[in-house]
Amino acid sequence: MNIWKSVMKFIYHFASPKHFYRISGKLIPWFGWLAAILLIAGSIDGLFFAPVDYQQGDSYRIIFIHVPAAWMSMFVYMVMASAGAIGMIWKIKLADVVASSSAPIGAAFTALALITGSIWGKPMWGAWWVWDARLTSELILLFLYLGFMALESAIEDPRAAARACAILAIVGVINIPIIHYSVEWWNTLHQGATVTKLDKPSIHISMLIPLLLMALGFKLYYATVVLIRARNKVLYAEQNNRWVKEIVKQSG
Amino acid sequence: MNPKRKSRLILVLLILAGTGLAVALGTMALKENIQYYLSPSEVKAGKAPVERSFRLAGLVSNGSVKREKNGLTTHFDITDNVETITVTYTGILPDLFREGQGIVATGKLSDGSHFIAEEVLAKHDENYMPPPVQDALDKAKGMQESGEKAQ
Repeated sequence: MNIWKSVMKFIYHFASPKHFYRISGKLIPWFGWLAAILLIAGSIDGLFFAPVDYQQGDSYRIIFIHVPAAWMSMFVYMVMASAGAIGMIWKIKLADVVASSSAPIGAAFTALALITGSIWGKPMWGAWWVWDARLTSELILLFLYLGFMALESAIEDPRAAARACAILAIVGVINIPIIHYSVEWWNTLHQGATVTKLDKPSIHISMLIPLLLMALGFKLYYATVVLIRARNKVLYAEQNNRWVKEIVKQSG
Repeated sequence: MNPKRKSRLILVLLILAGTGLAVALGTMALKENIQYYLSPSEVKAGKAPVERSFRLAGLVSNGSVKREKNGLTTHFDITDNVETITVTYTGILPDLFREGQGIVATGKLSDGSHFIAEEVLAKHDENYMPPPVQDALDKAKGMQESGEKAQ
């Protein structure tokens, strides 16, 4: 029990607004620059050096945006729901802040995945949109994000809003395995998994490397933006505290 | 863990279990309706609706594509390597349509094994590789097959 207690003490300490503000300020430039380097390297590798596909020719290159965006749409939701649950159970305010900061970013990734998928679908399948299980469940994910944001802005009391949003996020988690396994459980027009399966990835290494560079770049971009957003929210929520006033005074 | 936190943790787990169960039951009940298409075997087994439009998917059989003189009507066979259904389609086919390629056709059965399509979509698979690698794989497969024949 002592170890548990000291772990919790460390978490509470880290999650205190003042420490979070200080540490996140140091992390943001690192994450931001790494994200920029990875995204530039991944784009150049993906657009100029990766070979054409034997079936789809050059059109497949939209994969380097579509797939990382789709992965992030699910990853951000898991972060949002976990943070919501932590905020609800342990009443750590920072967790609620992370959940609410993640929602618009996740919604943007989901919209990007849907739009790039549509642009890819028209030439390859012959349709902008079909109501198969993969596309429909991803569209539901977008509505879950939008619902989270709408619910948050509809409830005035921030604590009640965080609680309601956390419950919505937790209920919506069930959609994540459905999105992932939709292509296995049901017949879909969407292809099966290329990379995220137990088998060896069915993509050539020269195409896999830029894809993974982009995926990592997307992840670090999310880390950067979520920290910036959370930092602003923390500062706003703590505006009456002395440490915030000192920061304001220092920056003139 | 203090009792309040514990009860809230249990609440979160109950929400997860409850929605999980509800969605699992719902999707199981709707299993047939969530399927985007039927395979030729399923159609031959009588699972296809009569006089109502549905989707049929499979591979375009090698050597089965025949175009009519007007240039827009195409006849081809769809197979899942067990059963085969002949399809007729009038219209523009997607770029990826070719022999051996997976497709999804929407339309109606005119008799037991003839399908009149109103729309044809191409279904690409999960493999991505450069052309030389694909050629090498095909060649290796061809050599293997001819080797088997020689034996």
